[in-house]
Amino acid sequence: MKCTIGIDLGSTTTKAVVLDMQENVLGRGITNSRSNYDVACDVARTEALLDARFNLFRSGIVGFQQIVGDVDAFTEALRQGFRLQQHLETLRELESTCGHLAGILFTGQELEKVKALYDGVFGAMVIEAEQLFAIDAKRRSDFFRDIAGSSYMKLVDLAAADAGLSFERLLGVYDKAILLVEAHVFKVDLTKVLGLSLRRALDSAGVAQEAHAEFFDVVHHVATVDLDLVVTVGTGYGRARLPFPKEWIRSEILCHGLGAHATFPNTRTVLDIGGQDTKAIQVDGDGIVTSFQMNDRCAAGCGRYLGYIADEMNLGLHELGPLAQTSTSTVKINSTCTVFAGAELRDRLAAGQKREDILAGLHRAIILRAMSLLARSGGIDNEFTFTGGVANNAAAVDALRKLVEENYGEITLNISPSSIYTGAHGAAIFAVREALHPTVLDRVSDKTNEAVLAGGTL
Amino acid sequence: MSQNLDVDAKPSIEKEESMFVQKKMIADHFDRLANAKESGKKVVYTFVPGNLTELMLSFDTLPVLPEINALQAGMRKMSGEYIAEAERHGHSEDVCTYVKCDIGMMLKGNIGPTGQKIPDPDLLLLSYTGCFTFLKWFELLRDRYPNCPVAMLHVPYQGEGEYTPEMVKYVVEQLKREIIPKFEKVTGTSFNEGALKELLANSALAENDLVWVLEAAKNPVSPIDSYFGGVYYIGPIFTSFRGTPGAVAYYKQLRKEVEARVEAGEGPITPDGPMGEQKFRIVVEGPPNWTSFREFWKMFYDEGAVVVASTYTKVGGVYERGFRHDPEKPLETLAEYCLGCYTNLNLPDRVGMIANYVKEYNADGFLMNSVKSCNSFSSGQLVMLREVEKRTGRAGAFIETDLVDPRYFSASNVKNRLESYFQMLAQKRAAAQAEVMA
Amino acid sequence: MELEQINALSMEELLTKCEAVCLDFNFTTVREWKAENPGQKAMGFLPTYVPRELIHAAGMLPVGVLGADDSLEIVRGDACFQSYICHLPRSVVELGMTGRLDCIDGMLFPSTCDVIRNLSGIWKMQFPDKLSLYFDAPQNFDMDIGGKFYRVVLDEIWAHMLKLNGSTATNDDLLASIALYNLNRRLCAEVYDMRAARPWVATASEVYILMRAGMLLPVEQHNVYLARYLELAEAETKAGNRREMDNARVVISGSFCEQPPLALVRTLERAGCYVVEDDYMMITRWLGCGVPVEGDALHNLVQSYMDYKGESAAKFVPDGCKKGTELIGRIGSTNAEGVLFSAPSFCDPALLDQPMLQEALDRVGISHTAFKYSENTGQLQPIRERAGTFADTIKLWGEA
Repeated sequence: MKCTIGIDLGSTTTKAVVLDMQENVLGRGITNSRSNYDVACDVARTEALLDARFNLFRSGIVGFQQIVGDVDAFTEALRQGFRLQQHLETLRELESTCGHLAGILFTGQELEKVKALYDGVFGAMVIEAEQLFAIDAKRRSDFFRDIAGSSYMKLVDLAAADAGLSFERLLGVYDKAILLVEAHVFKVDLTKVLGLSLRRALDSAGVAQEAHAEFFDVVHHVATVDLDLVVTVGTGYGRARLPFPKEWIRSEILCHGLGAHATFPNTRTVLDIGGQDTKAIQVDGDGIVTSFQMNDRCAAGCGRYLGYIADEMNLGLHELGPLAQTSTSTVKINSTCTVFAGAELRDRLAAGQKREDILAGLHRAIILRAMSLLARSGGIDNEFTFTGGVANNAAAVDALRKLVEENYGEITLNISPSSIYTGAHGAAIFAVREALHPTVLDRVSDKTNEAVLAGGTL
Repeated sequence: MSQNLDVDAKPSIEKEESMFVQKKMIADHFDRLANAKESGKKVVYTFVPGNLTELMLSFDTLPVLPEINALQAGMRKMSGEYIAEAERHGHSEDVCTYVKCDIGMMLKGNIGPTGQKIPDPDLLLLSYTGCFTFLKWFELLRDRYPNCPVAMLHVPYQGEGEYTPEMVKYVVEQLKREIIPKFEKVTGTSFNEGALKELLANSALAENDLVWVLEAAKNPVSPIDSYFGGVYYIGPIFTSFRGTPGAVAYYKQLRKEVEARVEAGEGPITPDGPMGEQKFRIVVEGPPNWTSFREFWKMFYDEGAVVVASTYTKVGGVYERGFRHDPEKPLETLAEYCLGCYTNLNLPDRVGMIANYVKEYNADGFLMNSVKSCNSFSSGQLVMLREVEKRTGRAGAFIETDLVDPRYFSASNVKNRLESYFQMLAQKRAAAQAEVMA
Repeated sequence: MELEQINALSMEELLTKCEAVCLDFNFTTVREWKAENPGQKAMGFLPTYVPRELIHAAGMLPVGVLGADDSLEIVRGDACFQSYICHLPRSVVELGMTGRLDCIDGMLFPSTCDVIRNLSGIWKMQFPDKLSLYFDAPQNFDMDIGGKFYRVVLDEIWAHMLKLNGSTATNDDLLASIALYNLNRRLCAEVYDMRAARPWVATASEVYILMRAGMLLPVEQHNVYLARYLELAEAETKAGNRREMDNARVVISGSFCEQPPLALVRTLERAGCYVVEDDYMMITRWLGCGVPVEGDALHNLVQSYMDYKGESAAKFVPDGCKKGTELIGRIGSTNAEGVLFSAPSFCDPALLDQPMLQEALDRVGISHTAFKYSENTGQLQPIRERAGTFADTIKLWGEA
C-alpha cells in the first residue's frame, strides 16, 4: 500500500509518523536521537513502520475477539514480546561489544576478572529484561540506552568492588560500547520474530492450539505487506542532515502548526516544548503559520532542563510530573538556568524544602518562560494546543492550564496523547501533499530518490 | 561599516571596482597611521555614530575607530582571543564585546587589520552619541593612556522623538568651547573654518550618491543587498573618509556600478557570485554578526532572500530624510548630524522607520538581529517587533547573535530560525496565491 | 500614616512598617496618598537620579519604581527583553502591564544607561495615555555649557509637571520643596553617618529598608521616619541592646540602579559584613543637603547638580579627575576595610566601571571581591560564601 512518512529529528528524540494517502495515521515510532542522526532516523522509521504493522495486526484480529478477549491487550502482548526479542538481540550485541572493548582496555588477570564479571552481569541483565518486558510490566523508559545503562551501572557497581576492578573504567567501556551498538541498525526477520512473539502471546492468553493458525495467517500478512513509502518529509532540529531534496525538508514550525491543526482543527495557537527549544506558533484556519517565536539563545526552561533535574534527583523523566503533582505548597523558583539547576536544587533540599514542592515550582517556572514566549508571539485568543515531549508531563500541563487562565481567561486547551509526534505528523501531511501534487519528484534524480526511499519497506 | 581586508579572500569571489577602490583607501589610511609618529600627524580615536570626521580632517589629524578595529578583528577571527584576554583582565562576560575586543587588542600590542601597529592616541574624541557604552569605553582607554586628553561631546538623546534647537545649541557650545580648543591644543594649529567648509561640501556630494544607492533597492529586482552589501557601501562615509575627494569618487563609482545593475535588471553580487532569483525581500534591524559574516549572508542568498533596507546602515548618519552636511553652518550641521544618527532616535521613531521601510521597499518581512553586546540597539527590540508587526501586518523574525563574540553565534540556531521564517513566508504566499486563483 | 503616629512607633513597628511599604508592589501608599489628595497625581521615576523637587512642588507624589524585589512572577516583562538584559526593566514592565502602576500618572526615565533609556520608548508605545519623559542630565559639567542645557531640561520637566497636575506652583513652592528634600538628604546622611560610625546600631538591612521606603513615602512622612529611626537607634544603643561584633567593614559598589533583594542585604550581614557605605538609591544623597533655598529655584538645582562631586558609573568622570578617587575617599571617610563589588548581572555601567575601580583599589592596597546578582536572585548561598570568605580574610589581615 502507498504511504508517506514524516520524520522529526529532535535534539533528544526522533519521531516518525506513517500516513496513508487519506492522511490517516498508520503508525508512529520514536527513538532517542543519540549522536548519529542517520541511525536515529532509520530506527524511528523502522519503529513507525513496525507500529503500522502492529496496528494492521490489531485490525486483522478484530474478528477474533471471542478468542482473545481484549484485542488491544492482545496486540500489546504481541508488541511486548517483539520488544523483548529486539532488546535481547541488542543486549547480545552490547555484550559482545563490551567484551571486545574490554579485550583492548584490560590485560592479563584483570581481563579475566572482567570477563567473569561480564558473564554474571549480562546474565543478570537478560533475566532482568525478561521481567521488564513481561506482558503487563511498566518501564521507566523504552529506550535501550536507558534500560541497559541503568541495569549495567547497578550491576557493575555491585560487582566491581568485589572483583577489585575500577567502576569508572568499566563505565567507560559501556559509554563507548553503547555508541557503537546504537549506531548499528538491526535487520530483523519479521516473520520469524513476530512468530516467536505471537506464540508467547497466545500461550500467555491461553488460546487453544487449534485457533493458532488463523493468528499466524494475520501475522504473516502484516509481516509481508508492502508498505510503499512514496514521499518522506523531514523536519526538526537535525533536518538539515537528512539526505533529502530541499523541498522534502520543512521547518518544525510549519510541521508543528500543521500537525496541531490536523489533530485539533480549531487550533489557533500552538505551544511546543521540546528538548532544546520552545516554540510559540500562531496558525490560521488552514493550519498555515502566521507568526512564530522560538526561545532565545538561552535555553533555560526547555525540556532538557527537566532532564537535568531528573538526573539530579535520580528519577526517571516521567516520574517528575506525578511527584510534582503531590505538592501541597509550590516553592517559588526564579531561575530555570540549566547551569545552576543542580546547585539550586541542592540548596533548596538543604534548606529543608520538600522534593515535590520544589518540583512543582520548577514546573511552574518552566511554563512561565513559555508564557513569555507566547506573549512574544502574539498571545492566545482562541483554541490552544500544547505539543512536544513536555506535554506528556501532567504537572507541566497543570501549571500551563493555570497560567493560561490567569493571563488569558477561559481558553480551550488541547493536548493529544500522541502530542510528541505532532511535528512528524505535520511533516507526513506535507509528504502526502507532495505525493499528490509533486513539486520535486520529477526533478529528483533516481539516485536521490532511491536513497530517500531506502529502508522504506521492512 | 566594514572594510573587509581579508586579502586571503577566495579568488573566485567577484569583486566590484568600488571594492578595490575602498580597499586601497583603507590600506593607505593604515599606512598613514603607521607613519604618524614620523610624519608628526596627531592621532584621534573616536566612534562611528556621531563621528566628527570633517573636523578631525580639518585639523589634519588621523582618525582611528576602535569599533572598526573590533569588527575587523571579528572578521579576521581574532576577536575571540582578544575578548578572552580582556576577560582575563577582569572584564565581565556580560558586557559589550567591541569594548573587550578593543581592550584585548591593545593588551596584545594594538596590531591593526593590516598587521601594522596602530599608534597610541593623541586625543580621545568621545562623541557620546546613542550609546552609553562609549562613555565607559573611553574612560577605560584614558586609564590605559593616562596622558591622553579626552574631548567629551555629549549628544543629547532624541527622547521625545525630535531634536530641539536647544540641543543643537548645547552640542555647538561643546564643539566651540571644549572640542575645538582641545584639538587646537593637541595639534598646535588653530581652527580653520574654511577647510572645514570645504570638507563638508564634499560630504554632501557623497551623501547624495549614498542615498541614491541605498534607495535603488526599491527596484523590483534589488541591485544591492542593503545589509550584507550595505555594510561595505557605508564604509568610507561612516569612517575616516567622509569629506574627502576620495570618498566623493568612491560613491560616484559605486553609483555607476549600481546604475548598471539596475539597467540590466541584475541583483547584488554575493561572495558566491551574482545573486539568483530574489524570492524574499527583507528589512533588517540591528548590527550584523562579524565573526561569521559570510556564513550569515549565505543563509540569506541561499534561500533567495535579499535585504532591501536596514537600520544598521544608518548608525553613522540617517541621510534618507533629507539631512546633508551643510557647509553654510559648519558647527550646527555637525551637531545636527550627531543628533540624527540612528541609535540616537527613540524607539517609536525607530519603529516608524522600519515600518516605512517595509512599505516603501515593498518587503515581504523583516528581521530583528538582536545583538547581545549592544543594549542601545537590542533593548526593546522585542517590543519594536510587535509594533512593526501591528503597523505593517507582516510577521517579523527574531534571532540572537553577537557582534564579535564567536561564542555567541550559533550557526545552526540562526539557520533554523531563518529557514523557518522564509518557509513561513513562502507558505503564506502560496496560500494567498491559491486564494486569488480560487 | 499621621506624623504623630510615626513618632510613637517602636523600633520593631517602624521597621515592620517600612519593610511592608518597600515590598508592597500594589503601591498601597501611593493609592492612599491619592485618596487623601483627590485630583493630585503621582509621578514615577527610575534610578538613579531625578529632581524630585519638581514633582513635589507641582503637588504630585514622586514614586521610585525600583523593580519588584524577588516577589513577582515575570511573564510580560520577559516577553519584552532578551535573556542578556538586566532584570529591572522586566519587573517594571510587569508592574506596568499587570495594572499595578495604574496609580502612577507619568514616568521619568533618567539617563542611567541604554536599557533605561530604551525603556522610556517602550513606555511611550505600551502606555500611550501616560506621560513618559526621558530625563537627559548633562555629561558636561561646565555651568556655561552643560549648565545652560540642564536648565532647558529642567524648564521642560517643570512645565510638564505643572501641566500634568494642572498646577500653578511658583518659584517659592519649588524653593519650599527644595528645603524639604534638603532636610530629607540631611536626615539620610545622618543615618548613613550613624551606620558608618556604629554599623551594629544602624544595620545594613535596616538602613536599606528605611531608604527604600523613602522612595515610596511622601517626603514629609519619610523625614519623620528618618528622625524617629535616629532617635530609636540612639535609645537602643543606650539600652545596650545592640552590641558590636567582630565583623568586616565593607563598602558596596555597583548597586546604584537595579536594587538587590532585601534577602541579599541580610545575607551579607549574616556573612559577617558591616556595610558601612553603599551606592543603593543614590538619589538619597545626590546634590547634598545644601541646595540654596533662595532666589531662582531651578538655577539652584542646576548649580548644585554641576557642583556635586558624587560619582556613579552613569556619570562621566571629566579629565582631571581620576576614576576611583571618589570611591577611595568614601572608603576612607567611612573607615572601611574593603569593597564588595556587587553589580546586577548585565549591568553595563557597573560592570564596565568595575575593572577601573578595582585597579584603583589595587594601587592603594584596598582589598575587594565581586559578585553579581539580580533583583530576584534566589541563589544566595554562593554570595554568602564569597562575602563570608572576604570578611574572614579582612579580619585575619586586620589582626595581623
